[in-house]
Amino acid sequence: MELFKPDFGLVFWMFVVLVLLCILLGKYAWPVIIKMMTERADLIDKGVVYAQEAKEHLDNAKAEADKYIQEAKRQQSEILREAARMKSQIIEDAKQAASVEAQKVMDAARAAIEQERKEAQLQFRNEVSQFSILIAEKLLRDKMSDQKAQSQLVDKLLSEIDKN
Amino acid sequence: MFLLVAAMALPTVARASESESEEINPKEIIFHHLGDVYGWEVPFSHENRIPLPIIVNDADGAWHVFSSARVQHSDFVDGDVTYRIAHGGDYSGKVVQILPDGSEYRPVDLSITKNVCALFIAAALVALVTFLLVRFYKRNGKKAPRKGMGFFEMLVSFIYDGVIRDTLKDKAPRFAGYLLTVFFLIFFMNLLGLVVIFPGGANLTGNIAVTMTLAICTFLITNIKGNKHYWKDIFWPDVPLWLKFPIPIMPVIELFGIFTKPAALCVRLFANMMGGHMIVIVFTLLIFIFAKFGAAVLATTTVVSVAFSLFMLLLDVLVSFIQAYVFTMLSTLFISFAVCGGEHHEPVAQQK
Repeated sequence: MELFKPDFGLVFWMFVVLVLLCILLGKYAWPVIIKMMTERADLIDKGVVYAQEAKEHLDNAKAEADKYIQEAKRQQSEILREAARMKSQIIEDAKQAASVEAQKVMDAARAAIEQERKEAQLQFRNEVSQFSILIAEKLLRDKMSDQKAQSQLVDKLLSEIDKN
Repeated sequence: MFLLVAAMALPTVARASESESEEINPKEIIFHHLGDVYGWEVPFSHENRIPLPIIVNDADGAWHVFSSARVQHSDFVDGDVTYRIAHGGDYSGKVVQILPDGSEYRPVDLSITKNVCALFIAAALVALVTFLLVRFYKRNGKKAPRKGMGFFEMLVSFIYDGVIRDTLKDKAPRFAGYLLTVFFLIFFMNLLGLVVIFPGGANLTGNIAVTMTLAICTFLITNIKGNKHYWKDIFWPDVPLWLKFPIPIMPVIELFGIFTKPAALCVRLFANMMGGHMIVIVFTLLIFIFAKFGAAVLATTTVVSVAFSLFMLLLDVLVSFIQAYVFTMLSTLFISFAVCGGEHHEPVAQQK
């Protein structure tokens, strides 16, 4: 039974080949392959973590963007409200100022009118008095054409002065 | 696969037709196919062989190198030394030196026989594939290889990550070189053994010399690298005192275990691979054994035999991988008992 008797030649060559192959591959091949596989596995792991983080960032970014948009909208509406408030305020102010001004103008106008009226009254009175004097003069001239009437008038006037 | 089976059958067909009157001797054919020869048979011919160098050291201590073709059919006289291939006797099928008195002397034989040549081819293939992968890395950086290289890398990863690193932990890189080399060498030898024609066909891992050498290497590594804890477990295991003193029952068992472990490794691989080869050959031979019972029997046997051979060959492809894996896994385990013991107390480690 040749099979069960190890042949020296084969044992020898097997040993030589095994040792040489172990040294050769153990030094130049397996470490490189194992290192590469480990590094690649690490790289892939890192990639997965990175991708997850990136996704998280993206999700967060969306949420953040939404938040900013909300904030912006809120600010916008606030500003609009403020603007509206200010507008009405300004209008109110302007109205008030205008009414004050108008009052002033009216007051001034009233005063001027009063003044005018007084002056006109005065003038009118003067004119009336002048007219009345003129009329009186004419009347007097007519009446005083005789002596009697003249003395009568003097008397009357004198008595009037006395009464005063 | 079918072609392989057919090719395997053909040399036998040739032989059977050459000597039709001669009875088929199944045992001889089986052991011829399982054994080792000088020179490598070419397909479809039993007589023509690829010559391989024979390297022998004669009775006087001188080395002789000559082609196997010279001794295939007749005696070969190299100077004053006559060589021939012995037929029968203790050295049947081996090169022997004929001493002047006519007796046979078996010289130290380092011939590159069929098996040795197949071993070289397997080793060269392992180195080739491995360095191709290394070259791929050098060229492509961290890109993952595809197709064939990817499959090879997957195997490396399967063995290294799944077996070696899981078992040896931080000591894995120190032994990975040996273990991975052993795995791929066995795997390639197994597969090449299943290929029937030239680059394969040698029953290498089904040869006890090969598996014994592998087992001895594991044995040497285990015992040379074994730490204090390993040796303490052998000579002073954690068992009740009466089991180790005054009669050292457990130490003897443990000491015995040192040798049985590699022996089991050796025999497991050998028997599995040889059995696989043998079954395929037997199925093929059945065709020729049943041939003399008539055409109907022959036809039936042929169909059944080819079907079974095919099935067994396919099974052997699986077995090739499994046995390479098992050998590597057990070697890793034995090494881990030797070098990792004492760090983490595994109950398994103490049982062994």
